Amino acid sequence: MIHSLFLINCSGDIFLEKHWKSVVSQSVCDYFFEAQEKAADVENVPPVISTPHHYLISIYRDKLFFVSVIQTEVPPLFVIEFLHRVADTFQDYFGECSEAAIKDNVVIVYELLEEMLDNGFPLATESNILKELIKPPTILRSVVNSITGSSNVGDTLPTGQLSNIPWRRAGVKYTNNEAYFDVIEEIDAIIDKSGSTVFAEIQGVIDACIKLSGMPDLSLSFMNPRLLDDVSFHPCIRFKRWESERVLSFIPPDGNFRLISYRVSSQNLVAIPVYVKHSISFKENSSCGRFDITIGPKQNMGKTIEGITVTVHMPKVVLNMSLTPAQGSYTFDPVTKVLTWDVGKITPQKLPSLKGLVNLQSGAPKPEENPSLNIQFKIQQLAISGLKVNRLDMYGEKYKPFKGVKYVTKAGKFQVRT
Amino acid sequence: MTDSKYFTTTKKGEIFELKAELNSDKKEKKKEAVKKVIASMTVGKDVSALFPDVVNCMQTDNLELKKLVYLYLMNYAKSQPDMAIMAVNTFVKDCEDPNPLIRALAVRTMGCIRVDKITEYLCEPLRKCLKDEDPYVRKTAAVCVAKLHDINAQLVEDQGFLDTLKDLISDSNPMVVANAVAALSEIAESHPSSNLLDLNPQSINKLLTALNECTEWGQIFILDCLANYMPKDDREAQSICERVTPRLSHANSAVVLSAVKVLMKFMEMLSKDLDYYGTLLKKLAPPLVTLLSAEPELQYVALRNINLIVQKRPEILKHEMKVFFVKYNDPIYVKLEKLDIMIRLASQANIAQVLAELKEYATEVDVDFVRKAVRAIGRCAIKVEQSAERCVSTLLDLIQTKVNYVVQEAIVVIKDIFRKYPNKYESVIATLCENLDSLDEPEARAAMIWIVGEYAERIDNADELLESFLEGFHDESTQVQLQLLTAIVKLFLKKPTETQELVQQVLSLATQDSDNPDLRDRGYIYWRLLSTDPVAAKEVVLAEKPLISEETDLIEPTLLDELICYIGTLASVYHKPPSAFVEGGRGVVHKSLPPRTASNESTESPEAAPAGAPTGEQPDVIPTQGDLLGDLLNLDLGPPVSGPPLATSSVQMGAVDLLGGGLDSLIGDTNFGAPPAAAPARPGAPIGSGLSDLFDLTSGVGTLSGSYVAPKAVWLPAMKAKGLEISGTFTRQVGSISMDLQLTNKALQVMMDFAIQFNRNSFGLAPAAPLQVHAPLSPNQTVEISLPLNTVGSVMKMDPLNNLQVAVKNNIDIFYFSTLYPLHILFVEDGKMDRQMFLATWKDIPNENEAQFQIRDCPLNAEAVSSRLQSSNIFTIAKRNVEGQDMLYQSLKLTNGIWVLAELRIQPGNTSFTLSLKCRAPEVSPHVYQAYETILKN
Repeated sequence: MIHSLFLINCSGDIFLEKHWKSVVSQSVCDYFFEAQEKAADVENVPPVISTPHHYLISIYRDKLFFVSVIQTEVPPLFVIEFLHRVADTFQDYFGECSEAAIKDNVVIVYELLEEMLDNGFPLATESNILKELIKPPTILRSVVNSITGSSNVGDTLPTGQLSNIPWRRAGVKYTNNEAYFDVIEEIDAIIDKSGSTVFAEIQGVIDACIKLSGMPDLSLSFMNPRLLDDVSFHPCIRFKRWESERVLSFIPPDGNFRLISYRVSSQNLVAIPVYVKHSISFKENSSCGRFDITIGPKQNMGKTIEGITVTVHMPKVVLNMSLTPAQGSYTFDPVTKVLTWDVGKITPQKLPSLKGLVNLQSGAPKPEENPSLNIQFKIQQLAISGLKVNRLDMYGEKYKPFKGVKYVTKAGKFQVRT
Repeated sequence: MTDSKYFTTTKKGEIFELKAELNSDKKEKKKEAVKKVIASMTVGKDVSALFPDVVNCMQTDNLELKKLVYLYLMNYAKSQPDMAIMAVNTFVKDCEDPNPLIRALAVRTMGCIRVDKITEYLCEPLRKCLKDEDPYVRKTAAVCVAKLHDINAQLVEDQGFLDTLKDLISDSNPMVVANAVAALSEIAESHPSSNLLDLNPQSINKLLTALNECTEWGQIFILDCLANYMPKDDREAQSICERVTPRLSHANSAVVLSAVKVLMKFMEMLSKDLDYYGTLLKKLAPPLVTLLSAEPELQYVALRNINLIVQKRPEILKHEMKVFFVKYNDPIYVKLEKLDIMIRLASQANIAQVLAELKEYATEVDVDFVRKAVRAIGRCAIKVEQSAERCVSTLLDLIQTKVNYVVQEAIVVIKDIFRKYPNKYESVIATLCENLDSLDEPEARAAMIWIVGEYAERIDNADELLESFLEGFHDESTQVQLQLLTAIVKLFLKKPTETQELVQQVLSLATQDSDNPDLRDRGYIYWRLLSTDPVAAKEVVLAEKPLISEETDLIEPTLLDELICYIGTLASVYHKPPSAFVEGGRGVVHKSLPPRTASNESTESPEAAPAGAPTGEQPDVIPTQGDLLGDLLNLDLGPPVSGPPLATSSVQMGAVDLLGGGLDSLIGDTNFGAPPAAAPARPGAPIGSGLSDLFDLTSGVGTLSGSYVAPKAVWLPAMKAKGLEISGTFTRQVGSISMDLQLTNKALQVMMDFAIQFNRNSFGLAPAAPLQVHAPLSPNQTVEISLPLNTVGSVMKMDPLNNLQVAVKNNIDIFYFSTLYPLHILFVEDGKMDRQMFLATWKDIPNENEAQFQIRDCPLNAEAVSSRLQSSNIFTIAKRNVEGQDMLYQSLKLTNGIWVLAELRIQPGNTSFTLSLKCRAPEVSPHVYQAYETILKN
């Protein structure tokens, strides 16, 4: 099971360590640093590293490495999932998962880690339960604490801990009862040179924000549940109901959580909302090239496409780029060779374009690789798969909650090859 | 105000200041001080000096303060064991607290304090907590048993905690069940033999019920435990599968993968005709694909596992090729894995898409990835025959880019394509030759040289090309040198007239100017071969090579089946069984897939075949690039499949002569002795295959299984027995003793009518069967015979005790010799004594029967020692750590029922062990000690 945890920042400082069994020396991280050096890019550090006596399993989140030390055979996914859960908890407690936030709250962090894992076995990882055991820091509370001398550690056993619904605490009370759902879909796609789709799929999630008193029992139904054939559920969902009726029936956790995530992959269902015309060319034996891209709307279901950004990793030999955007603004970082074009939204009357010259290192051979365009965009009020919530019913409580559903479609890993 | 203030230091010295604050009367100040101490601890600072002061703060009703002190205690108790005792009272008191949170906290913390002295005090509170009315306390206590077991296994067993833990599997609360399973699994991992998780249909049912209700982590433990169960028939397997499938929709990817493991394993038992089998296959694909949309680290682990799954059951993901297409911003470790799976899934149906993708990848930036992509194109060509032509033309396009590493990689794979489809694509050789100068990597150079040598007759200037390489012969890597040697010999055999000088030159470079033994040996062999019998040489060197097939790195089926049982574990990430890499190899149990029941396709399940006996139809696998050399050597020289008459002229000569005679004349006074083992003709090996024997020498030695086997020693020299030489050794394998003999006829006449007899001896050893030498032994021939022995012969005490007198007869005469057998062949398999019994017996045997010995220069640790001894039937019953020394208590039993008890003391860092032996028949002790020596030192 998980033996120890080290938190390491990008410059290679170990700024927190926690041991759940005996103490493991920091020097074990040297193997990690070695691997990091070899990987060149922080994102390429292999997640599982073996050392003579231990295994190091790490994740990279928010510019921090979470490195865990393992001594016996364990499922690595278990460890990785747990590490992500730790990062999520920090995010949840401190609003961000950063070195500064962790250092500012080091005692709470330590208490949290102790609560989450016992002897390497996960103990309490549900945010609802943790928050009952250890209260998140707020300015108000720290003032009150310092006056009254009370602490931020709960002294009773969390109610949800052992019930059949460990994710929900008892005695929840709100004056305004509300239940909101965000249907968020991301399009992952690879578009080839000629504009045809090599691969496309939709990764969707329904995130919920539930603030309901008591023990509400909810049923969420869809207009077209058939779309959902590959789904992962939050543990609160009753699987049998879904199997038989295609209805999501659940007693929700309190607060924000991810209700389901799903994947729609059959190619014909995935509409591609934008197209890109591009021509990037380098002349043989001369130190310049031409760059010209234009973006236009394709299957956008009549909605506005906004928040468009295009990023391009230019070849190493590119020194500089002098371009003229018809819309928005662009930057080129000569060190990382990344071109970023912040486009904004598409107005069909005048399509946004970016053209101009590329300066290459003189004397260098013409670059072999073709840069890929990475596109970000957002469409409000649309779930591109067509998924629609039909209705939400509440049982078990008497009040009438406010209900709401929001849809948004975004680009996930959306790349256009040139 | 944030916690970062706790990191600031003052001039006076931090520790001093903290000490004062910890002893302050003000509660608030105390708490702040403890927080500062914890803050220092988190960054690895040593604040152990404050131990007494912090422990003083423990008696408090403030829970936060209590928790902080507990945190501190866990870290430093080990360094201050005497002080830690001070804390015990508070713990014991807290275990009685009315608040379950505090009870649980106390038992949890106590378990984390890894101090021997404390553990004794822990037992009573722990026993109470295991039976606590509150499930929260029970589930915490369950984990505590695992902690305690880690510190003092003996104590846990003596106190009966394991049984209590087993009872908790039937607890009413699913969380408690999950933790009990987790704790038992962890304990079982360090004690593979103990049958802790005794799974039966009832307990399985309980686990399946708990599975639905416990937390995600609990589900992982339960699923992993379920995977170890062996259902009794296909109906039970199906019903378990049905109850596990809902887990595939869990949001936690570790739960999903553990569920996949259970399904993959139990599916093995389902008949393929079953409708349910097909349904299950369909249900497996979506969750596997979904894993690929998770964070990159999760993707990586998932991909490593998918790699195994597609090898075992390609049908699951055969329609999902596209999800493995590489995105340019994937981390490199994900890219490489995806590429591997793409090739595994490549088929005639999707090859066009795959090739288009691979070509795209070959123009990416990352060099490693590009190389692998180019290599992948070659693998596609070999795998999907219809695509070969397109692959070759794609590779030629890539060669035209002139990007150096792309060209080199392409040449390496084209060589493999030639070996798969001979006489088909040789037209491209000209294009390849154009790039000769740009090759600077050994592998590419070697590949190019192989191509030139292999097709020398079609390349007009082959001799010039090879000669150009020869100029810098000594600067080349071994790989290239060997290849060059072989290529030039091939060229010579094809065009003998023009290249005599060249071959002379390369042979002398290889044999005289090189200090690489491989190169020299290969040089000598060619030289000898060419000078004795050019016709034979031609048949050997230019023999038709077997075609290489499909995949370069398919995992061997038995290993694959074992790995399927380890889906989701580290083993699956490394594609190695845990025994190969888990620390200390704590006797990991080998897992295997369940045999298919009611199945009409027994050939489908490889585990039906005995382990280690690969089935005949296994495809010939291309050597991985690293093995290329060795393989080529074998290809050229070993007996090829078609079996050309190898060195037919020297049937009676054997390998020794082949090397001995002619070579001397060739190489003058170089002392090139015959190989030491004098070419033992292994049973079944034809006499004539001298050369292949020579190469097999290395592989024939030391195949250990079962107890240690000493190398054969000469027992009866030929001079004493009219030309009959007998050497031999004793082995014990799975309970049967045998005498492995090697008879060599060094006389000039044929020998026959062999028989053997033993004199009476100390342990009644006697041949269990007559000595059978099937054919007459002709001069210079050797046979190997394994003579089974039993211990029912008549007994007479010998001096020395293990002396054995043997008589051997043949048609010439009767010969006598005597030999000493190692005592460990008499150690029986059921020599593991019960622990209680051991203690009693040890006390019972009088002290004067105890003998002490020193085993020197043995660099093994306790774990390795006991596993090695165990394979020779010396069983470790208990292990204790006393003042830093490991004490192993061991027992063994001889065939005549004599028990020997041993205590082995191992000091870390000291290579001498002390062995104390107690036995009712003390005269065996020195021989047992000798057995220890031989086993440990070999």
